[in-house]
Amino acid sequence: MSEEPVAVVGIGQTKHVSARRDVSIAGLVREAAVRALEDAALTWADIDAVVIGKAPDFFEGLMMPELYLADALGAVGKPMLRVHTAGSVGGSTALVAANLVSARVHRTVLTLAFEKQSESNAMWGLSLPIPFQQPLLAGAGGFFAPHVRAYMRRTGAPDTVGSLVAYKDRRNALKNPYAHIHDPDITLEKVRSAPMLWDPIRYSETCPSSDGACAMILTDRAGAARSPHPPAWVHGGAMRSEPTLFAGKDFVSPRAGRDCAADVYRQAGIGDPRREIDAVEMYVPFSWYEPMWLENLGFADEGEGWKLTESGVTELDGDLPVNPSGGVLSTNPIGASGMIRFAEAALQVRGQAGEHQVPGARKALGHAYGGGAQFFSMWLVGAEPPTR
Amino acid sequence: MRDVAIVAFAQTDHLRHTDELSEVEMLMPVLHRVLDATGLRTSDIGFTCSGSSDYLAGRAFSFTMALDGVGAYPPISESHVEMDGAWALYEAWVKIQTGQADTALVYSYGKSSPGTVRDVLTRQLDPYYLGPLWPDSVALAALQAQALIDAGDTDEAALAEIAHRSRTAAADNPHAQVGGPVPAGDYVVRPLRTGDCPPVGDGAAAVILAAGDTARALCPRPAWIRGIDHRIEAHGLGVRELTESPSTRLAATRAGLFRRPVDTAELHAPFTSQEVVLRKALGLDDSVNVNPSGGALAANPVMAAGLIRLGEAAARIHRGESDRALAHATSGPCLQQNLVAVLEGESAHV
Repeated sequence: MSEEPVAVVGIGQTKHVSARRDVSIAGLVREAAVRALEDAALTWADIDAVVIGKAPDFFEGLMMPELYLADALGAVGKPMLRVHTAGSVGGSTALVAANLVSARVHRTVLTLAFEKQSESNAMWGLSLPIPFQQPLLAGAGGFFAPHVRAYMRRTGAPDTVGSLVAYKDRRNALKNPYAHIHDPDITLEKVRSAPMLWDPIRYSETCPSSDGACAMILTDRAGAARSPHPPAWVHGGAMRSEPTLFAGKDFVSPRAGRDCAADVYRQAGIGDPRREIDAVEMYVPFSWYEPMWLENLGFADEGEGWKLTESGVTELDGDLPVNPSGGVLSTNPIGASGMIRFAEAALQVRGQAGEHQVPGARKALGHAYGGGAQFFSMWLVGAEPPTR
Repeated sequence: MRDVAIVAFAQTDHLRHTDELSEVEMLMPVLHRVLDATGLRTSDIGFTCSGSSDYLAGRAFSFTMALDGVGAYPPISESHVEMDGAWALYEAWVKIQTGQADTALVYSYGKSSPGTVRDVLTRQLDPYYLGPLWPDSVALAALQAQALIDAGDTDEAALAEIAHRSRTAAADNPHAQVGGPVPAGDYVVRPLRTGDCPPVGDGAAAVILAAGDTARALCPRPAWIRGIDHRIEAHGLGVRELTESPSTRLAATRAGLFRRPVDTAELHAPFTSQEVVLRKALGLDDSVNVNPSGGALAANPVMAAGLIRLGEAAARIHRGESDRALAHATSGPCLQQNLVAVLEGESAHV
């Protein structure tokens, strides 16, 4: 039995900001869900199941929030699943929802991810207390900065590359009305003169802490035929995980990321990702992760990723635009960040990305990672239905 | 739909305290037992899925360390739900239905001993209107029990009989935390007495799923999942009829429970009164052997207790003690969310 093709027919986001004090958690998620339903011209009654994802429950101080959110998401009387795979969760959640359609368990599924980080302090929420972690490892930046340094040493990349990524993503964000950080006065000089947070990562090269939600409506072939707007079709999707720490772990280019990308390309029939993929939404919480993931995902040979960034290939008008939405560097409701990548990839192939549209995008990759660079989820979406 | 079966099940001995064990250390022997039972290695497994809660562990990303116990290198196709392991099993079942995997390892674990689980579970409640009042899980279950008594569905003597039957059955369950004669005890929250409440403890469980001929090769008598479905209800207790469980009934209908009678039912009813609600929703009469393991009244490791119901039902089919069994899992206050699976041995399915 072949898998049912899966189409994205509705996408909704909130305007991401540092604190949505005007809405409850339920109000926040409902806003994104309603926008996705409107985009798909569907109502709550058309939804067969709800799959929700978010990062640690401690971020809002609410244990298993899907229980409380069942009413707000129209899930009463329906199946509701809650996914949690660390930072990759937004992507994983979309894939779990896609599997429900592809297995023909359900026909139309609402998937949603959120974080309302203003309810707590995410940096310290990510800093585990002793005895779980050694002291002085403050926030995700404290964990990832040494791996960035390892990349720079391994490849000989000039230390200016990180600022180029931040400068690009923050300018792209100006074209995305939903992005959190809008700094119309941004200059490369401002990025480079920002205070150093976790050497070599400056304040200007880190993701913000956002309140936001992202929702998608996934449906089968028949559902796609009724869609008022062009759907995005899922051509491949995969998750891979490896342990946090082990002898021989390559933090710069984890094997789980390489394996996950290879699986997605195999499903989608992609032989040369650099040439065949028109836009990439990758999970770049710290600027240097753009060149690192360019290599890990097979867009550049080992040691060559920074050259693509430096030569402008990943700019919005380059030949491999990366994070046209402004990416995680401009918007980071952690649990939703992966789903925003997946949704923005879908917007590109639907031709609905507005000012940050990559002209003529036919195939786009959505990518998310989490934990200690150990959980990966990715999907490849296309403007045409899959042929295999 | 592909034919998918539970081919192996293992659980820890459930204990009040496991201070000397990390979650990984608690989990590893269980993972090894299901793998050994099937002869599979981690690298043979098509998909892995787990269920656990950061709020029990008291730290964010607690599930990441469990991967060390799995031995996830080379990297594996893997996911996690912040739910009872029964829902991890559901996600794995869906994955196998897509055809992307033929086998799946499912596990879950929970250590309630480091905290006060009655207080911890209040953090599941509406954070604006209900959570700030800290109504604990026993108090909410007591509201439900009183509603049942007021409706004439049960009385305290009948509840005591459920407790007695469950603990008597648990005497034969080597993994149970509480078994044998247990006094009804004093009221914890009226009308619920200590005997009506589950023990607080730590534990882990794992199962292996396999499709079609793979299942037949791995297990002499696979427990075939003939149907599985889950449904959620409104969160606000004030808008629910607590003496009914429409989500359980709907899930059971979708899972095909009512097509033919079952001989066994493993119900995830942490409180005696909740068995009354579930029996009504599922239409179970005295011909059905309910909770031969002792159920959640004998061992209730939060996050694993639902998966254990699926495992216990499957194990009875493996052993030839059941031909068609129902397994149920629940989550949330007063049975808010419910999962129902119908399992069968091959000979019963002609």
